[in-house]
Amino acid sequence: MDTRPLETADNPAGLRRIAIDPLSRVEGHGKVTLLLDDDNRVRQARLHIVEFRGFEKFIEGRPYWEVPVMVQRLCGICPVSHHLAASKALDRVAGGWPVPPAADRIRRLMHYGQIVQSHALHFFHLASPDLLFGFDAGVDQRNIVGVAAAFPDAARQGVMLRKFGQEVIRITSGKRIHGTGSIPGGMNRAVDPAERDALRAELPQVLAWAQDAVSLARRLHESLPARYADFADIPAAMMSLVGRDGAMELYDGVLRLRESDGRIAVDGFDDQRYRELIAEAVKPWTYMKFPYRRDLGVDDGWYRVGPLARVQNCDFIPTPRAEEARQTFVAAHGGRPVHAVLATHWARMIELLHGVETVAALLDDALITGGPLKAEGPRQRSGIGIIEAPRGTLIHEYEVGDDDLVTRCNLIVSTTHNNQAMNEAVRAVALRYLDGETITEGLLNHIEVAVRAYDPCLSCATHALGQMPLAVSVRAADGRVLDHVLRNSTGELLRDGPAHDAEAAQ
Amino acid sequence: MSGVDPTFDLDGQPVALQPGDTILTAAARAGLDIPHLCWSEEVSGSASCRLCTVLADGRPVAACVTPAVAGQKVDCRTASLATQRLRLLQMLFVEGNHFCPGCEKSGNCVLQVQAERAGMTDLNFEVLNPERPVDASHPDVLFEPNRCILCQLCVRASDEIDGKRVFAIGGHGIATRLLIDSPSGRLGDSALSVDDRSAHICPVGALLPKRVGFAVPIGQRRFDTEDTRG
Repeated sequence: MDTRPLETADNPAGLRRIAIDPLSRVEGHGKVTLLLDDDNRVRQARLHIVEFRGFEKFIEGRPYWEVPVMVQRLCGICPVSHHLAASKALDRVAGGWPVPPAADRIRRLMHYGQIVQSHALHFFHLASPDLLFGFDAGVDQRNIVGVAAAFPDAARQGVMLRKFGQEVIRITSGKRIHGTGSIPGGMNRAVDPAERDALRAELPQVLAWAQDAVSLARRLHESLPARYADFADIPAAMMSLVGRDGAMELYDGVLRLRESDGRIAVDGFDDQRYRELIAEAVKPWTYMKFPYRRDLGVDDGWYRVGPLARVQNCDFIPTPRAEEARQTFVAAHGGRPVHAVLATHWARMIELLHGVETVAALLDDALITGGPLKAEGPRQRSGIGIIEAPRGTLIHEYEVGDDDLVTRCNLIVSTTHNNQAMNEAVRAVALRYLDGETITEGLLNHIEVAVRAYDPCLSCATHALGQMPLAVSVRAADGRVLDHVLRNSTGELLRDGPAHDAEAAQ
Repeated sequence: MSGVDPTFDLDGQPVALQPGDTILTAAARAGLDIPHLCWSEEVSGSASCRLCTVLADGRPVAACVTPAVAGQKVDCRTASLATQRLRLLQMLFVEGNHFCPGCEKSGNCVLQVQAERAGMTDLNFEVLNPERPVDASHPDVLFEPNRCILCQLCVRASDEIDGKRVFAIGGHGIATRLLIDSPSGRLGDSALSVDDRSAHICPVGALLPKRVGFAVPIGQRRFDTEDTRG
């Protein structure tokens, strides 16, 4: 099914516009616009990111040691991912890479705590209402309060799993949200043994909950109504970090790209050379950039990141319970690559279980309670840090002047990698479920369900400052275009061209 | 009366005083806090910030430079003074760019803790959003003028402790700023050393030794309490 033409309608004039604005139960602000003709046929469908953050710009001019804390403010859900990606990049700048083993373990502990809390938040609070009640259930029920009323045990487990992850973050960074633990070259704190022991005591229960969560996600996936069997099933290449041995690796590894048919396209790729692998494109109707594989170009080079990609990109998961769950996932799909977006929830809970198991192992590691915490070495002028955030691959890159101020910053966040994949999902669902139908709230929620499966963090993902193409049209009351100005991605202003189709969908 | 130390009254409590005491030094010795930003026992008083304004026998004075007088009645914790202190702090916040979440001084910052103690929950005034370029020219010390509150502690420390006179205050009104004594006006060309006291005395995050950043973990910072310990 070729969904590509739906990005831009041939002739937007006269089409009826429907906007899902704002998207609900996602992080940040975004909207979906649909253009329909007189027969309710979908002619254009787009996911727009309508907020603007510009973090890349205001990091410039700041001293580099400030950055790992400052960039956390990109987000309140996965600040740890930005904290650690920036730290890993600036470890290089400070000459402190690799960090000492104790600092490495404590950072990993923080990161896997983050995976647990973020995945629990998304599955239980944001996604489960759709899965438990149905995509077109009443809006009064399709929310976390509805879940708490109808499925109190599941709701409570979600809250408690998240709390556990937040506590792991607190004992490693000083605060549940926006702590300061990681610094260029290492850590500023070790784990207090008493706090470690308190978390250890909770582990048997938390592990049981995490296994229940995998079972629940699997059960919900396998019991989806038949009409959702091919829901947003869009073949896509998959990218993630993996360990050098092919293991699932979320903190530090090498890049692997797998084609949609399962063949490995790129493997063992040094994360410091990521720019040889991918580039970013901009489009005039959204603040979110479009990364693509350089070898395939803008149109064909898009790919998917996040749990669905990671669970299939790795050769194995290095913790026993999660590996068993992964094998079950693979077997349930006959060993074939899985691209149905709803399977992401199942994959996400497998990762949550892996996160809890990894936290358990790290809490048993004596290194986390002390030892040298900071490495130092010759200052470098630039650094790249890549990490697997809950939502997918997260890239931070900095250049730092001799005066210690950041001169350039580039962030490619997980949601940005998934931009085209999410747009493809929107178009596929619009064609499959909405085309020619009388539009209802329940049908529109189908589109949100597809976007939501990616757990997009839209507030993290909007940084196209300075490269943002912009189209402005002035129209008379009868719809005639009186003036049209297009600023292209190099900042050049173009006039008297045809009215940009983007204008119609804003 | 012989054998009895002279005292003055601070908010109803007797405070012993010694020759040469200001109201603030006598109160500090007695363990009584008078809010202040620009005072340090290491250098002379300057009455720059006026946060320590008290009523001495009903007259508003800066406690950091006003001699303590036996028998005097001093009011510090009045509702009116609390409001004035709050407004003063709010003005300091809006005149600069004070973003605690990303500032390495957070938890060790006197401005931050005074604002918290004053119950500051908003800015009250329109923010001025000044654009002041960071001076990172010194190899070991960073000057972040967006956070400077013109308290003059660095000026006095450089004059009185370091003997270098690296800093001065120049300009008038809202354009008042910290000047650096060097041919270029930049820190890197000045006589400042990171070992100087003036490089460490800043109560906010304006003058900072480089590459320290967030080295002190949450829970061990100067003003951490049970609430901020995480």
